Amino acid sequence: MEIAANDISQTLCQSVAEAAGLGRPLQLCGSGSKGFFGRRATGTPLELTAHRGVINYEPRELVITVRAGTRLAELEALLAAEGQMLAFEPPHFGPSATLGGSAACGLSGPRRPYAGALRDFVLGVTLINGRGERLRFGGEVMKNVAGYDLSRLMVGAMGSLGLLLDVSLKVLPLPETERTLVQACTEAQAIERMNRLAGTPLPLSGAVYDGLQLYLRLSGSAPGVRAAQTQLGGEVLADGAGFWRRVRELEHPFFDNDRPLWRLSIAPGAPPLGLPGKQFIDWGGAQRWLLVEQPTEQLAERLREVAVQHGGHAQLFRGGDRNGAVNHPLPGPLMQLHQQLKLAFDPQGIFNPGRLYPEF
Amino acid sequence: MDHTPRVNPSVDKPGLIRALRQILPAQRILHEREALRPYECDGLSAYRQVPLLVVLPDDAEQVRQVMQCCHERGVPVVARGAATGLSGGALPLADGVLLSLARLNRTLHIDPLNRTARVQPGVRNLAISQAVEGLGLYYAPDPSSQIACTIGGNVAENSGGVHCLKYGLTVHNVLQLKLVTATGELVTLGAEALDAPGFDLPALLIGSEGMLGIVVEVLVKLLPTPERAQVLLAAFDDVSKAANAVGDVIAAGIIPAGLEMMDGLAIRAAEDFVHAGYPVDAAAILLCELDGANEEVSAHLARVRQQLLDSGATEVRTAENEEQRALFWKGRKSAFPAVGRISPDYYCMDGTVPRKRLAEVLLETSRLSEHYQLPVANVFHAGDGNLHPLILYDANRPGELKRAEDLGAEILELCVRVGGTITGEHGVGHEKIHQMCVQFSAAELAQFHAVKRAFDPHGLLNPGKAVPQPRHCSEYKALGSDTLTPPSARDQRARDQDEQDQDVRDHGA
Repeated sequence: MEIAANDISQTLCQSVAEAAGLGRPLQLCGSGSKGFFGRRATGTPLELTAHRGVINYEPRELVITVRAGTRLAELEALLAAEGQMLAFEPPHFGPSATLGGSAACGLSGPRRPYAGALRDFVLGVTLINGRGERLRFGGEVMKNVAGYDLSRLMVGAMGSLGLLLDVSLKVLPLPETERTLVQACTEAQAIERMNRLAGTPLPLSGAVYDGLQLYLRLSGSAPGVRAAQTQLGGEVLADGAGFWRRVRELEHPFFDNDRPLWRLSIAPGAPPLGLPGKQFIDWGGAQRWLLVEQPTEQLAERLREVAVQHGGHAQLFRGGDRNGAVNHPLPGPLMQLHQQLKLAFDPQGIFNPGRLYPEF
Repeated sequence: MDHTPRVNPSVDKPGLIRALRQILPAQRILHEREALRPYECDGLSAYRQVPLLVVLPDDAEQVRQVMQCCHERGVPVVARGAATGLSGGALPLADGVLLSLARLNRTLHIDPLNRTARVQPGVRNLAISQAVEGLGLYYAPDPSSQIACTIGGNVAENSGGVHCLKYGLTVHNVLQLKLVTATGELVTLGAEALDAPGFDLPALLIGSEGMLGIVVEVLVKLLPTPERAQVLLAAFDDVSKAANAVGDVIAAGIIPAGLEMMDGLAIRAAEDFVHAGYPVDAAAILLCELDGANEEVSAHLARVRQQLLDSGATEVRTAENEEQRALFWKGRKSAFPAVGRISPDYYCMDGTVPRKRLAEVLLETSRLSEHYQLPVANVFHAGDGNLHPLILYDANRPGELKRAEDLGAEILELCVRVGGTITGEHGVGHEKIHQMCVQFSAAELAQFHAVKRAFDPHGLLNPGKAVPQPRHCSEYKALGSDTLTPPSARDQRARDQDEQDQDVRDHGA
């Protein structure tokens, strides 16, 4: 019964169609746990958390379909009870975080380089486009190449292309065993080691450097993890689960700070960047967090330059000026494609205007 | 807004050739009928069309200029890799240019530390793994056509293979694409990093069947070669038991590297052909590959073996050595050509269903097979629920091809009905355009068209494929299966039957 009671999709379709008719921008609101992320939201708030509940979960199928307003914590508890998990280890950033918000922001945790990102586990979505039409793309099967993959396109679009009603995700069995090994080393050694090991058949599921020590997480069958541990050496961390949760939630002491937090997403093997400020390395080198002392546009430029040199981009993840160039600027032709795609989904420009880029 | 494709109805062929010669050497432009013939179809050779011209650029810059030239003249363009595709996605257009990417076949850079390879689109799938073998790395997606198919084609189709359940499809294994747009601009999508700013455009482009752009460079992710891989072969006296065992193995918390199923007809055909040592009296077999660290594989082998027995297997064998493992797989990989030996023609389908519906769909398929009086062999990716029913027919017998197509259409619609899809990995292309009307609503199809226009406002890239026009769907729904055969192909069917499906047999999925 709960599942029928918590379906507000018709009301949402109407609200969107109305807003489209009036050309009135909407701010799509989940729990607000990721309100700090992206550019500042504008528009009339449209509350989405009431659209919640599990539509279908069959552990044998490794698939779950849930309404976007469902709390991530509830979803994870349900999966854990069946010995399964969201393998992309999404950060919550608050107890009420919803799956819809996670999908819109496209955020994944420390397991990402080894298991895949949120987008990799999306099998299908139901969405409302900017015309107020309810559309379903993808499905609940593992392989589906009928039509363009519009479900994955929604991930990380910050709600600018459509209002997510529900998401079908592939889930995976919880690892039988996890163990975290710690070793002191330099930044250069850590990066080298993380990447060298990722090229060998070890059951690696996390690799972080906090400025002093390298943390490697192993996940898998007990004999497999034991064998890898013997091979790698290092101290076993007592509260491994707690450590990775704090890294995922940016609650590790490194992040306990009001300074602007930059995220450099670069080729994992890129050597130490030699930038001012404190750094924390996650994703086996592919995600470098940087706390900056004095946020200037000059420094932002420098960070973007360095990130591009190493095959990636820089993003002002938290703090600083949320009306500014928070996301890495796109080259002209690419921005044009973004604007045309935005028009294809949301011709009146009503969904979360300016949240991703000021241009749309 | 003008939504009609701006395709020039009367192309000035000599003028186009002259313009292309400013871009490419004369020998890279084929225009005589004899030279064009080899390009008239892809792996689905039931559909044929000789293109207006074939161009064979040598690099991305030439591709860009060719696109610019065609855009200015309103000439449609169909891209082609190795043409092993099974849905007619690379079927040429009579008034269009066929753009072969075969000459863009260089591996540009291998980066062992970052575990990536930068390759041109004409590089063969297997060649990537071969190039990095010495580093202990490989490229995971392995469609059965991997000896011949190219990475550019894999990107266009979001190709899978035998190891998808654990290692994903092309979309999970590509980091960056360089794309020439319909207007001839070069854009880079994705990054050397694990994500890129803005929309996830690689996800959108992968599997877009050449409708949104021409891929001229691909950065693929490489994975470490597992320490050990071991195969189990389980025999069943009942197809449903085998189908249910698939779910049981996965429910036990183990993700096999590959989990394939063959039914009796396929087992016997394969055994006759390659002598893999398969139990020929079984109703079905499952091949289950487990990989990972040595200790992990040992632990999982024991559990999966017990699970298969608990699920009703009459026999479970473990490949005792690398030779036997290769032989077990050889039977599976040769199953398509093996079926080709026992029937003059066959038609390969590609629906995906939820795993729990496998038994039911196989039963219904066998009922349909009886109804249409055409045998169906099943060889497929059971772990993914991705079916490949092979419909056996003889095109020389009047009416059989039509019956095979009708049966195929019923199977695909059955897949949609049980919550699946009309195509798991072969793409819609030309072949399954009608069934798109069954799977998607008018509004959903309109959204696809809007996305297409965002990339290709004049509708010059592979027009007529992948997404049907609304008018087409209303006609299909009104007339039913009488209109099943896509319009351009039927009259060309009768000829060249000896050539038919050779590619499919050699490079089936």
